Amino acid sequence: MVDTLSLWAIPAMLALIPLWAFIRKVKVYDRFIVGAEEGLQVAVKIIPFLVGMMVALAIFRASGAMELLARAIDPLTRPLGFPAEILPLMIVRPMSGAGALAVTADLLKTHHPDSYIGRLASIMQGSTDTTFYVLTVYFGSVGVKKTRYAAAVGLFADLIGFLTALYACNWFFR
Amino acid sequence: MLNLIWLLLMVIGVGVAAFTGRAGAVTDAAFTASKLAIETIIGLAGLMALWMGLMKVAEESGLMEGLAWLLRPLVHWLFPSVPPDHPAVGAILMNISANMLGLGSAATPMGLKAMQELQTLNPDDPETASEAMCTFLTLNTSSVTLIPGTIIALRAASGSKYPAEIVAATLLASSIAAVFGVGADWTVRQFNRRRRR
Repeated sequence: MVDTLSLWAIPAMLALIPLWAFIRKVKVYDRFIVGAEEGLQVAVKIIPFLVGMMVALAIFRASGAMELLARAIDPLTRPLGFPAEILPLMIVRPMSGAGALAVTADLLKTHHPDSYIGRLASIMQGSTDTTFYVLTVYFGSVGVKKTRYAAAVGLFADLIGFLTALYACNWFFR
Repeated sequence: MLNLIWLLLMVIGVGVAAFTGRAGAVTDAAFTASKLAIETIIGLAGLMALWMGLMKVAEESGLMEGLAWLLRPLVHWLFPSVPPDHPAVGAILMNISANMLGLGSAATPMGLKAMQELQTLNPDDPETASEAMCTFLTLNTSSVTLIPGTIIALRAASGSKYPAEIVAATLLASSIAAVFGVGADWTVRQFNRRRRR
């Protein structure tokens, strides 16, 4: 049942969304082209982030520094069950959306997307957000300088997001 | 901040290589990674175009409005200081709906509009965030993800057998994080209210 559902989820979307939009009198192909162009722009925009992050992480890993870091923070991460490889994602995630996507891309390439780390990185990426970026852009746009407790609450939500991602990953995939 | 992290990754990496004698491996890794980055994008670009194109069609057909209608009571409850017929409510609803559907490019303009509207309701100093603004930021930074489209595309581009298998886990994890975020915001507001009395 679940297998059939996930097998048909994407084909169903591919047919039903355009059909529904057509009934609602949307020029489906024209709109698709507009969206596809936006998608390509996003892809092009993240290339520099991807190159910068993947190179830096590759150097860090190839030199043996990642192993040293993993060993150093092991007493901290082991009781919680976090693999040390995921640490760069946790650090970059609140700061830059494109940067975090680049770290996730690196983790998916290095370990397989269907490995434990690959799945965990995917879930984490989706269940947390770029708190500092949102804070800067949104408050900056209306000239608010004293942001009070907003950053603390946002980071708290990110932290809970990391933990729930970990438990959800263990629960669904182990 | 990100500048510092990037610098540390590079400098510590090369520094450790000096001790472990892996200078050659570092050079190889750096060159391979820059090639790999472009390969990743080539795999990803087409999927991103397909996904965003499909979502644009969905957006135009009123998907966001439908979701916004469902979420309206929740927003009234979360923003007691915003009058129910104020334009801020509409902007907040559209922003949250876009975020839930993973439509980042549609979410940001709506979010900025919502901030402007909330600023007109700001009771004190315009340079200090109002409670409603803080709640809105919390909703934004801990938004529930219904369909993580970009990640599914990235997983597919990286050779996953089941790119969409993480959808249920992501929905669960992001929902719990959002409940905690909103709960923390609510607690701070109650605390402030009591202190003011």
